[in-house]
Amino acid sequence: MTNSAAGSVPVARGYLEQGKRKGIPGWLLSTDHKRIGVLYLGTMLTFFFVAVLIGVLMRIEQLTLNPPLFAAQTYNAFFTLHGVIMIFLFVLPGLSAVFGNFFLPIMIGAEDVAFPRLNLASWYFFITGALLAVVALFTGNGPPDTGWTFYAPFSIRTGTNVTLGVFAAFVLGFSSILTGLNFITTVHRMRAPGMHWHRMPLFIWSLYATAWIQVLATPILGITLLLVIAERLFGIGVFDPAKGGDPILYQHLFWIYSHPAVYIMIVPAMGAISEIIPTFAHRTIFGYKAIAYSSMAIAALGSLVWGHHMFTSGMADQANAVFSLLTFLVAVPSAIKVFNWTATLYKGSIELKPAMLYALTFIFLFAIGGLTGVIQGALNVNVHLHDTYWIVGHFHYVMFGGTGVGFLAALLYWFPKMFGKMYNQTMAVVAWFPIFIGFNIFYFTMLVLGYMGMPRRYFTHLPQYHEAHVIASIGAFIMVFGLLLFFGNLLAALWKGKTAEANPWGGVTLEWQTSSPPPLENFETRPEIHGRPYAFNPETNR
Amino acid sequence: MSKPAAALTHTGPKDYQGAKLGMWIFLFTELLLFGGLFILYSSYRAIYPHDFHEGGRHLNVVLGVVNTVFLLTSSLTVAVSISALRKGNRRLTLQCLGATIVLGILFLANKYIEWSEEIRRGIYPNGPELEKLPNGEKIFYGLYYSMTGLHGLHVLAGVVVLTVMLAFVIKNRVTAADYVKLENAGLYWHLVDVIWIFLLPMLYLAA
Repeated sequence: MTNSAAGSVPVARGYLEQGKRKGIPGWLLSTDHKRIGVLYLGTMLTFFFVAVLIGVLMRIEQLTLNPPLFAAQTYNAFFTLHGVIMIFLFVLPGLSAVFGNFFLPIMIGAEDVAFPRLNLASWYFFITGALLAVVALFTGNGPPDTGWTFYAPFSIRTGTNVTLGVFAAFVLGFSSILTGLNFITTVHRMRAPGMHWHRMPLFIWSLYATAWIQVLATPILGITLLLVIAERLFGIGVFDPAKGGDPILYQHLFWIYSHPAVYIMIVPAMGAISEIIPTFAHRTIFGYKAIAYSSMAIAALGSLVWGHHMFTSGMADQANAVFSLLTFLVAVPSAIKVFNWTATLYKGSIELKPAMLYALTFIFLFAIGGLTGVIQGALNVNVHLHDTYWIVGHFHYVMFGGTGVGFLAALLYWFPKMFGKMYNQTMAVVAWFPIFIGFNIFYFTMLVLGYMGMPRRYFTHLPQYHEAHVIASIGAFIMVFGLLLFFGNLLAALWKGKTAEANPWGGVTLEWQTSSPPPLENFETRPEIHGRPYAFNPETNR
Repeated sequence: MSKPAAALTHTGPKDYQGAKLGMWIFLFTELLLFGGLFILYSSYRAIYPHDFHEGGRHLNVVLGVVNTVFLLTSSLTVAVSISALRKGNRRLTLQCLGATIVLGILFLANKYIEWSEEIRRGIYPNGPELEKLPNGEKIFYGLYYSMTGLHGLHVLAGVVVLTVMLAFVIKNRVTAADYVKLENAGLYWHLVDVIWIFLLPMLYLAA
């Protein structure tokens, strides 16, 4: 892609120093999409480490058998908090809130998103929801103990502080909807001259697909959570079997949102991988349109498979069979992406920079997560695996091995651009070993434990599972050690890293054609686009 | 949409199409919010057809129809206010916006009377009379309060938004040359109206 803004004079500290206001208010009141992206990054990582800590406590609990270290009710609160924080405050906003905010306008050659003030409001909704969730821990009759799914009728009966916790999730949903709305409008209205739909980078396609899921699915969660609150406050009866309500309908409504939500979490990570792989293979992406449209296909098909969370709920057999079939189908667009990434690597000149290493790790771990998902999508197998550690292992392979590692890869890829500093690349590779090895020891053991019959959400276990639990815990500790190395390295780079070049990796999309960090309005002159993205050889436009 | 979008910046002229696109997407989310309630309604109606019939018989159809008239008329007045503003008739705009707000408030007042009457009769969740009725009617009234309650909150929000628009027109911040805020507020008001048109037959005319 050629661009008239290339060669512009870089501004030393870019948006980090430019702005209407100085200091802290300059960040908290800024409508600059880049600053908002960084605000999300800071808050989300803070909550991520809180949830990691709770996860470590859960693994310590499973190390101790007779008697276990924490009481059953404490453990219930642990897995609820770990789930709620990780899902609603980290993976759900995920890559879209951080890198989407930062790079969507830059990669389409715009100076900001369509509604900058609404964008800042989304972050405030996010923070309000997060604070409400924290308040829910320390007020009322103890922290929520329902699991992140808030299943009725338990959620309407339990005496713990579910009402406030549910309201927090409602507010977070609002933040997600407004971000989605903003991104769709931005993609439709703010593209630079010459940025046709089929010239948009694939990360933008993935954000666009994700934004549609956010907008169309989240309201269902909103109304479901409002009804849980109404049920607890007034007893309206719609989910209460004592009044003729049907808790299965709660499950339907919950998963109508929450299954598409897992694609909100994973699709932007797939988009980031689609950026990283061509850059470090130094070759145009294979199957551009297939990857772009498979994001849309995932968004569409992923909205029709929610019933696979409910195979053991007593739903009609016909419904079960249809949901199982659709579940197999949704694996197809994901596989299309994996094949295209692999084909991009073929005959490329691969440079194994840290971001590339993590991107390849994403493909490996996501493949395991995806294939285990196909296994449990089969009706007969699901009956055996439902509510066991297998499920926990599966979704950690997808959510952490996929979205989490995708997040780390994206961070390594875009960190120099975002902060104008280069991290220690050797250290990023060193941190990879404990993360990768610990991850697999931990979650693969969970898959085995689940296959042996270990149920999820139990505060203790039978002696025959103890050995495997010890192995899993050791893996978890190794992985957390790796994560500390990883983020310690990035913090050190912020502190005293070398100044990064404008284009350290040789990328060809628009974000690499402005300075590092970018200036306040992203480009000195508005870019014009004359060809496809990923044109590593300008002569052939390929 | 394969054409490149116009080069729009925030320093340039306002992007009307973008502002309206954003509003339409927001309206989708509102429809889906109520969609969850409509799913519950249809499921429970299939399970308890007789009780829903009985429940609907006890609602005040007259008040429901009067409220429908209020809302439909207010949709007309808000539409006229936008056309009037575009044609430069500021006086008519203010009159029509004022009428819309008054009709919205009348709707809420009516709803207040209606709910008070039900509650006086003991028909409310955990209320003494409702507890005596069969399960299907408990669900019916649970849904009745949830749906009309959520809709009432939307009417209230709409009245507030329209009042702000009224102030904007008075202060010349919404003008014949820059009226997209008013148009979006009008779109929102129409949505509130459309949802009511579904609620009326589902709840009041179900019998």
